[in-house]
Amino acid sequence: MLDHAPNLTQLPNRPGVGFKPQHFDALMRDPGPVAWIEIHAENYMGAGGRPLAQLHALSERFAISVHGVGLSIGGEGPLDRDHLARLKHLLSWLNPASFSEHLAWSTHETGYFNDLLPLPYTEATLARVCAHIDQVQETLGRQILLENPSNYLAFAESTIPEVTFLAEIANRTGCGLLLDVNNVYVSACNQQSEPHAYLDAFPLEQVGELHLGGHDEDRDDQGARLLIDSHGAPVVDPVWALYDHVIAAGGPKPVLIEWDTDVPDWPELRAEAERAEAHMGALAQAL
Amino acid sequence: MGQAAFITAALDASQPNPKGLVAPDGSPAGKRFDVYRNNIAVSLTEALETGFPVVCKLVGEAFFKAMAGVFLRAHPPSSPVLARYGDALPGFLESFPPAASLPYLPDIARLELAMRRAYHAADPAPFDPQILAELPPERLMRAVLYLADGVQVIASPYPIHSIWRANSEADAPPPGREAECVLITRPGFDPVATPVFAATAAFVRALTEGKTLEMALTAAQNADPEFDLTATLGLLLSQQALTGLTERSDHE
Repeated sequence: MLDHAPNLTQLPNRPGVGFKPQHFDALMRDPGPVAWIEIHAENYMGAGGRPLAQLHALSERFAISVHGVGLSIGGEGPLDRDHLARLKHLLSWLNPASFSEHLAWSTHETGYFNDLLPLPYTEATLARVCAHIDQVQETLGRQILLENPSNYLAFAESTIPEVTFLAEIANRTGCGLLLDVNNVYVSACNQQSEPHAYLDAFPLEQVGELHLGGHDEDRDDQGARLLIDSHGAPVVDPVWALYDHVIAAGGPKPVLIEWDTDVPDWPELRAEAERAEAHMGALAQAL
Repeated sequence: MGQAAFITAALDASQPNPKGLVAPDGSPAGKRFDVYRNNIAVSLTEALETGFPVVCKLVGEAFFKAMAGVFLRAHPPSSPVLARYGDALPGFLESFPPAASLPYLPDIARLELAMRRAYHAADPAPFDPQILAELPPERLMRAVLYLADGVQVIASPYPIHSIWRANSEADAPPPGREAECVLITRPGFDPVATPVFAATAAFVRALTEGKTLEMALTAAQNADPEFDLTATLGLLLSQQALTGLTERSDHE
């Protein structure tokens, strides 16, 4: 065994990128500081072909994070057992360093709607989400990370602050958390709340992964800024500043650059990863 | 407010927003709810555009988006695996009056679905062609040949292969008027669409249905007495479309 063989069984406290097939050759040739990659589980549920072959090749070189977008953990109905079985099959084959999902729902009786839809924060929804996470962790035989959402509106019936809701889920189920810093910024802007207060209340010791990404900007009926989580642009400076705040408070973490629409050429994505690495380096120097 | 009410309103912009959704000042959420309406429609429309690029090119982007908006509401995905989304599109197009002037459109959609299925199909087991040469002809005729996952044929009354090719390759010749059959295979990782004779299509279809070589040959010869078995097996071998062979026992 090589002395320098990286440990691929856990995500390192270094940058990762959301994998796009068009970057495969460049990523293998010139990863720069990219030490791990994240894939969307649902894109790798075919029987074979190039997607699984690329993933296999990547998994021999990079630690892998599998990020699910379709489990509908916040759904009112029971979890889709067929989908859970597909997920278990993929994770058994790949044995990735991490699996994460969202505090959201996307499936209802009539179908799958391909968006991360919001849920009210009440005792009833808390119990339901925890039961679903228990079922997922039991079926998959591993801890999952749960990601904080981007919010565009709120539910009048909500009684629990989002951070408390997430912390309580982690307490009750033993799941970890995925802190999407861009989502914190988007939600704070859209809810006219203070992102630092959210981050200071967030249980950073439960966080196994950070996300950074870009967003779009719109206006609501009153003309107030309405940010849309698009993953289609560079990370903005205020989000980099919040990222600094998080790693200063909680130490360096595995950090992902998410870029899913209007995907740039590899050098631009790699440059975002380099920037994330530089922020971690600057923090280490300052300490 | 339940999730049924949320999704019903999200899919129908003529409906009022669900009750109980608010902006930061406690006022009704208003166009903030439209973010979800938009995300659902745009993301599913994009999934369809990615899956059916030639259908989109044939009807134009504006028509495609309008058509997709109707389709995704009538046929939302049944699972989160969007690589499978759109199975219902050919049937939908057959009874979608605005597309009636392009009667070949449903078969083009079938061809694009078949290509996508082949892309994600299981990798074929290696096959030694010597097996075909070594088996005595009468035993070979009673054998069942296994095709690779994702091998499909489409027989159309329209020139679907040349229409598809003219709209996906830069220097392709203009389509003719004749009916065409297409064989879809996946040698390596990229699916290939090959125009084939109707007899070849009948032969491959019989194999996909698990028929013996003899029965497949009969089906092909019914379509064309001049059917060339050797050339067809050569085509299937060159396309890595054969994966195995089982001899039927006599009492089956």
